[in-house]
Amino acid sequence: MADIEIEIDGKKLQANPDAMVMQVADAAGIYIPRFCYHKHLSIAANCRMCLVEVEKAPKPMPACATPVMPGMKVFTRSAKALAAQKAVMEFLLINHPLDCPICDQGGECELQDLAMGYGPDKSFYHEGKRSVKDKDIGPLISTEMTRCIQCTRCVRFGAETAGFRELGATGRGERMEIGTYIQHAMESEVSGNIIDLCPVGALTSKPFRFTARAWELEQYPSIAAHDCLGSNIYVHTLRGKVMRVVPHENDEINQTWISDRDRYSYEGLNHEDRLEKPRIRKQDGWQETDWQTALEFATQGLQRVLNAEGGNELAALASPNSTLEEFYLLQKLLRSLGSSNIDHRLRQSDFSDQETSPIFPGLDMPIADLENRDVIVLLGCNLQKEEPIASLKVRKAALKGAKIIVVNMMDYDFHFNVSHKKIIAPHQFVDAVKELTNDPAIAEIVRNAKSLAVLLGAQSLNHLESSSIRFYAEKIASLANGTVGLLTEGCNAAGAWIAGAIPHRTAAGKPVSKIGLNAETILTDARKAYILLNVEPDLDCANSIAAINALDQAECVIALSTFKNPVLEQFADVILPVAPFTETSGTFVNAEGKWQKFKGVVTPLGETRPAWKVLRVMANFLKCEGFEFESSEKVREEVHELFLQGTAGASSPRPSRKEHPSPAALRASTSPTRGEVRISRVGEIPIYSGDNIQRRAKALQATQPIIEGNVAVVKIHPLTAEKLHLKEMEPAIIKQFENRIRLTVIFDTRVPENAAYIAGGITATSGLSQLFGPVEIHKA
Amino acid sequence: MSEIKKTLLSSAAQESIDRWMKRYPADQKRSAVLEALRIVQEENGGWLTVELMDAVAEFLEMAPIAVYEIVSFYSMYNVKPVGRYVLNVCTNISCMLSDSERIVDHIKKRLEIGINETTADGRFTLREVECLAACAAAPAMQVGKKYYEHLTPDKVDAILEELE
Ligand code: SF4
Ligand code: FES
Ligand code: FES
Repeated sequence: MADIEIEIDGKKLQANPDAMVMQVADAAGIYIPRFCYHKHLSIAANCRMCLVEVEKAPKPMPACATPVMPGMKVFTRSAKALAAQKAVMEFLLINHPLDCPICDQGGECELQDLAMGYGPDKSFYHEGKRSVKDKDIGPLISTEMTRCIQCTRCVRFGAETAGFRELGATGRGERMEIGTYIQHAMESEVSGNIIDLCPVGALTSKPFRFTARAWELEQYPSIAAHDCLGSNIYVHTLRGKVMRVVPHENDEINQTWISDRDRYSYEGLNHEDRLEKPRIRKQDGWQETDWQTALEFATQGLQRVLNAEGGNELAALASPNSTLEEFYLLQKLLRSLGSSNIDHRLRQSDFSDQETSPIFPGLDMPIADLENRDVIVLLGCNLQKEEPIASLKVRKAALKGAKIIVVNMMDYDFHFNVSHKKIIAPHQFVDAVKELTNDPAIAEIVRNAKSLAVLLGAQSLNHLESSSIRFYAEKIASLANGTVGLLTEGCNAAGAWIAGAIPHRTAAGKPVSKIGLNAETILTDARKAYILLNVEPDLDCANSIAAINALDQAECVIALSTFKNPVLEQFADVILPVAPFTETSGTFVNAEGKWQKFKGVVTPLGETRPAWKVLRVMANFLKCEGFEFESSEKVREEVHELFLQGTAGASSPRPSRKEHPSPAALRASTSPTRGEVRISRVGEIPIYSGDNIQRRAKALQATQPIIEGNVAVVKIHPLTAEKLHLKEMEPAIIKQFENRIRLTVIFDTRVPENAAYIAGGITATSGLSQLFGPVEIHKA
Repeated sequence: MSEIKKTLLSSAAQESIDRWMKRYPADQKRSAVLEALRIVQEENGGWLTVELMDAVAEFLEMAPIAVYEIVSFYSMYNVKPVGRYVLNVCTNISCMLSDSERIVDHIKKRLEIGINETTADGRFTLREVECLAACAAAPAMQVGKKYYEHLTPDKVDAILEELE
């Protein structure tokens, strides 16, 4: 429909005929006061703060709920409009406690701001005020419900956006309250957004509470460092300390939302585990020292191994959350020393198709486009937990009618409707994916898809036969010319591939002459020297037990780490404290291939240094050439230059499907034959156990059991338990090859038969060797 | 987490709710929520437990909080045990002008209970309600499905005696 013309405050404006006055005013930069209206929520029109005068209308109209009409004349600041707005404000303040001096929202409160503009400076109200008993909705959000003005933004966010209706308005009239009715903690993984939405101080951040005033904080843009979306954030700091994280609006990625993980993980940055000084291992234990000594010690150790054994005995593992610049320098260092044994795919086990992979793994489409897909196939993916913001988009697609088909190793309760699902044990998973479209109903949906997306989550990528899953995923996608998206773990897997932190290619996808060992073989085929970049070997590696053993036997282990870790303390020779993303500059490349730069927002803690500088100096010490970078920016430029050259020739960074080796050929190389397996492990990573920062974020750690219960257990289907003679709540011995651990049995009907949920990424299970491999379970 | 939950709703209740649901489109089961709650409350001796509300929510595929919202909004639903007879005395404007206060006070004295309280023998619960739409016959009171109008203390005595 053609635009119509309306007039607001004498300004002629073009408006979409479906728009509300508020939307047109916002687009034109005319501010109308509001509380309940939010551009990403439905219109409730319950606060009445947005009353404006409309020509020929007898009464003031709420701008947020008044559709535009041709020739309409709106006055937002006329005497009539202002009188109406002031009257509404007076009513809103009747029951508000006006406790701004002790309210955390003070200084960033919409009510406070508007009361400044519209509130009378004297109250005529002498009667008693309403007060509301306070609630406890969990470790993340503080409540002070007496301050609530009942705009219902928080309720609508839960019902519409998060798809998890936990808050509601109970009671009636003056006794109406916002709450959960039955006291319980919020379980949504994006719950923190209601803090930003709440226009008053009713909902505030619990970990941040009473620690700073909004006007003291400095605000810096940054990029969230925990999932492959790379949500845009603002980091708020006070006197050199990160105080909190809030969303930075970006319509292409996270809109106005961020996940709780991205919001609250900052607590880990200030954890007491932070290393502040370099340490070297002496005969009598650890010794703190200066950088010069530590680096000399490290490089001499390395040089000894290199002299004696050559570069092939050197290997490096890096966290997938490292920056592009760190990945690049690490691989450049390794390759200058004659080794290609480098990887960041720490939890993966199947690398057999790596040579035919695109330059970097990713979504293969813009993130924002997810909500426009009409068929989405999720393979091995707990989307809501792995990529909460992507999940909001899939939910939007589902609400618009998209069909969601799921093949998973646990029956997750998603916040979107699933039209077909297959829940199957890991060792039967590949066949289920292969045969997915044998189901006529599913085949019909997939074939008729107008825009099909097949998404592989962490569980597919970490699966023992992940290359086969990729192969069949491509087959499914090819039925309707769809895309295959890989939702990689960590925030910068794409950056790692581009920078060359992989054994078979150097920067920008250039193949190496001799392919190095991968994340798995680096550990099982133990090396003499290791460089670790922010790796917690017991928690970050699929084969945690091999990681521990490999480090144990190595002659030289150089750990660049932000945090203390017991395994590093036991086996490393040097521990160099390196800066987390808030204390260094760098680049993360997200799943859609977007390079997002960020700067350090606080100075590094103690003597911590940015890892890119440490790697550069190590290279200088080892007399490697081509490491004369003055800034991380220069490193990035070099990678970017190579990337442009590397992709210039290729028409598409995606290989043709024919190039993939067939799964039969691949399967021969992967370990256990599926026929023999009776029970396989579902090695899911619990929601807040993914990386070293979130593991140390207190409020998130307190929330994890609320969402997932105790994760240090083995969860099995009651039918499987019966076969194995296991009783609930009793201890069991879990055996994987020659390794054994002990866990309590919990019955869970979400686990398929012949499978056992045994989480990865936690200490209790670091004695095992495969996240999705076979296990034997016996009564203890 | 483990077992599959069995519903608390009796089969009779389920049947009646199913009958009500037939009146609404299949994808809008929630439309039957008011009736469902009434049926379940009646069966449970006049009040609803959280478990019963949850069971209704599950049966109608609604979020439990949405059911709590409804129950706490309407004065016809009780979330605490009530007496056999709930005396809903109107104290809204017309009844107030016709001295409903006198009626309330009389009941309080006679039964020795306050508002929202139940007699020790479990017979009566006294409640104040808003306009019963019987203004023309104020002061008015509703007990169960029956209206009592033009109340006087004597009339109240007679009514209470009648209610066993
Ligand atoms: S708690 Fe905040 S967001 Fe929720 S209804 Fe109250 S004022 Fe609105
Ligand atoms: S913003 Fe329009 S009524 Fe609240
Ligand atoms: S005011 Fe009592 S019935 Fe209307």
